[in-house]
Amino acid sequence: MRGNSLSAREARLAFWMLAPTFLIVFAIVIFPVLANLWIAFKPVTLGDLRPPTPVVRERIRASPEAPGDVLRVRYQMRNSSQRIPIENVVLEDVLPEGLEPLRLDERCRVEGRTLRCFLGTWSPGHRENLELEFTATEVYFAQGAPRPTESRPAIQGRAPNILTNLEFTLENFRRVLSGPEFWPAFWTTIVYTLFGTVGSILLGLFAAQLLNTRFMGKGMLRGLFLFPYVAPIIAVAFTWAFLLDPLSGTVNALGVRFGLLEAPINFLGQRSIELSVLGVTFTLPLALSMVILFEAWRYFPFAFLFILARLQAIPQDMYEAADVDGASPFQKFWYITLPQLVGILSTLFLLRFIWTFNKFDDIFLLTGGAAGTKTLTIRVYDEAFARADIGAGAAVAVVLFLILAGFMVVYFRYAPEGE
Amino acid sequence: MMQRGVSIFGWVAGGVVGALSGGMVVALWALSATILSGHPTVIPLGAALWSGAIVGLVVGAFRRGRTTPAAVALGVGGLMGFAWWALNSGRPIGLERPDLFWGFFGSLASFALVGHLTRYALRDLDLSQPRRDTVEHLLLRLLRAVGFVFFGTTVTFPFYFMLASSLKSRAEMLLDPTNLSIQFSKGLPELLEGYVEVLYTFNFWRYILNSTFVASVTVVVTLVLGVLGAYAVTRLRFPGKELMSRSILLIYMFPAIVLVVPLYAVFTQLGLRDTLPGLLIVYPATTLPVALYMLRSYFQTLPAELEEAGLIDGCSRIEVIWRITLPLSVPALASVGLYVFMIAWNEFLFAFMFLDTPELFTLSRGMVALNTQEVPRQFLMAGAVIVTVPVMVLFFWFERYLIGGLTAGGVKG
Repeated sequence: MRGNSLSAREARLAFWMLAPTFLIVFAIVIFPVLANLWIAFKPVTLGDLRPPTPVVRERIRASPEAPGDVLRVRYQMRNSSQRIPIENVVLEDVLPEGLEPLRLDERCRVEGRTLRCFLGTWSPGHRENLELEFTATEVYFAQGAPRPTESRPAIQGRAPNILTNLEFTLENFRRVLSGPEFWPAFWTTIVYTLFGTVGSILLGLFAAQLLNTRFMGKGMLRGLFLFPYVAPIIAVAFTWAFLLDPLSGTVNALGVRFGLLEAPINFLGQRSIELSVLGVTFTLPLALSMVILFEAWRYFPFAFLFILARLQAIPQDMYEAADVDGASPFQKFWYITLPQLVGILSTLFLLRFIWTFNKFDDIFLLTGGAAGTKTLTIRVYDEAFARADIGAGAAVAVVLFLILAGFMVVYFRYAPEGE
Repeated sequence: MMQRGVSIFGWVAGGVVGALSGGMVVALWALSATILSGHPTVIPLGAALWSGAIVGLVVGAFRRGRTTPAAVALGVGGLMGFAWWALNSGRPIGLERPDLFWGFFGSLASFALVGHLTRYALRDLDLSQPRRDTVEHLLLRLLRAVGFVFFGTTVTFPFYFMLASSLKSRAEMLLDPTNLSIQFSKGLPELLEGYVEVLYTFNFWRYILNSTFVASVTVVVTLVLGVLGAYAVTRLRFPGKELMSRSILLIYMFPAIVLVVPLYAVFTQLGLRDTLPGLLIVYPATTLPVALYMLRSYFQTLPAELEEAGLIDGCSRIEVIWRITLPLSVPALASVGLYVFMIAWNEFLFAFMFLDTPELFTLSRGMVALNTQEVPRQFLMAGAVIVTVPVMVLFFWFERYLIGGLTAGGVKG
């Protein structure tokens, strides 16, 4: 009995300890993913995020000078949305004392000092001016002739929230998938992800080999090698952009000075470049290569750290045995080190592949997606925010997510056992 | 073991190693002279290769036993350096005017280094005949040298560039983009103009405070929730525990850009967009999985007996965590806390999408606002240095903790 209640208590405690984490992760990760799916099937633009509201401005067209004069008020009103109607619009205003209605709109009524107008349904972009006339009495002047604009008119209406209604469409997907931009973005993403991942892992492997011996200053170098990874992306991306600038960039200037370049190259702004190596001419996607280089440079420390930790855990007696057998250094690397690293390398490949595939900041800050570097993540941003079509952006995000999930399935089915 | 003269292979090895070192060192020397002090230079690659080869041949020829005496290697190199200096009338590597430091000392030091590198590459190798093992060792040593130069320059150069261009006016930068020397002679006020402008005119003071606030609150929230969650996952039994601990890292699969669209929509409607609390909800969510994972790995290494003793003495679970577990976990807490701080400090996407009001900008968001045609690069680079320095200081200060934490947690990036 007691054991039972103890374990129930424990489970309850665990629940409460995990609840806040669950809640916040659900709210910020799981919910948005589901919401994204929802939005992808809806025709939502950036403007729709502010629900449509009726807007009113009050103007006085004629002020009374003496009792018996006419006071004319104009209410300028409009529907803030160009796409969505507003139902049951009601205008409410408090009038100063001592005003007799002279000419009212048929939809308006005055009860006591309150003016109420029932304006019905407004079509999208509806504009309307309501001009009302009142006769000023002596009471009005006894008050010191207050201006009616001193009380702000209130206007209300009911508009459907486009995010919560049950209207769905496949239009977003049709547009996003059939447009001329989808496949280029897809292939750019694949090339960027694959080469960025492999590049950073190869560099990391090389760096880890360098530091896998004891020497003075090793700790400092290890710290130094991590710099690109821990520095804020915003700082290093801008630095690279300036370094590679065609006008006053240091890399171009150095290249020209030392005779490596004939003329400055717009590294981040030029789609492709003709290269001829040993008489063979081929076209290199320049900006994309630069972005990949950046990716390899920035994330090699991540691979480096993991590979170094793994290298140091390889038992030394394996190498001693190989020495006895007269193995050469490359043989030892190929037959001992690499097999020992397969686990960590495949794990790193998986992680870096996912993260590079999902990467947005780096390309956005370096090229903004120009010159053949438009990946799917950049497309999400372009659709949702640059073109203000949230629905289409969400649709690209769903596609992106599905492709990634597809990769994961394939990977887990065919990859070697990880660590 | 007596060595019977020098084999042909020995000559070739010495010459090739010397030539390659010569080319590499001279190129570095010329590049450094240009970048660090603005001398217009050239890289006389052919001459460097030949001179390096000669140094290498001599160093190889003077091997006694299995190594060359250090004095000989440095001496031969130094002599070659002196010859370079003298034959170029005091202006090697195309220097426009004689320069004691880059010309004279540069020559001597560069070729002494060539001699030393060659000696180092050839030491302990049996050069009597070309054996596969020897060739591979030589290749590996060359690769190592290339590797150190490659990583050393590619890692440090962008950061040096950032610092140097934050201290240079637009005119100086346009005049000669290869000159990245720091002109201390200008006087501090002019040198630091970019920083003063950015901090006061462009309100980076404010952004520093905002970033610090956001990052610190994120750390506190993440640590509190992370400790509770990780403790529950490690020590308590409850249904769904396995699933829970496995799915923690799955969160990593979700791209931030996928989260941004709906969060933007919902936060706009809730009025949370363009507020710091909005960011403070998002950041802990993105850092919690890492924190949970790292803390869980750490808690698993702590002996459960201590806690059980505490429980038997009548402490509640929460008291046990507070009095026993937490004091034992200070290193883990430090490393998680620092990581979370760095992630929150560096975060760009959400800050960029959510913040519109300049008073609320974090440093990342402020930097984007600074990136316009009208603002000189000097200011932008000064901003970059301001964003980077705190992270670097933290990083070097607590490197040990951080590296332990990073390998344990596999922090997202």
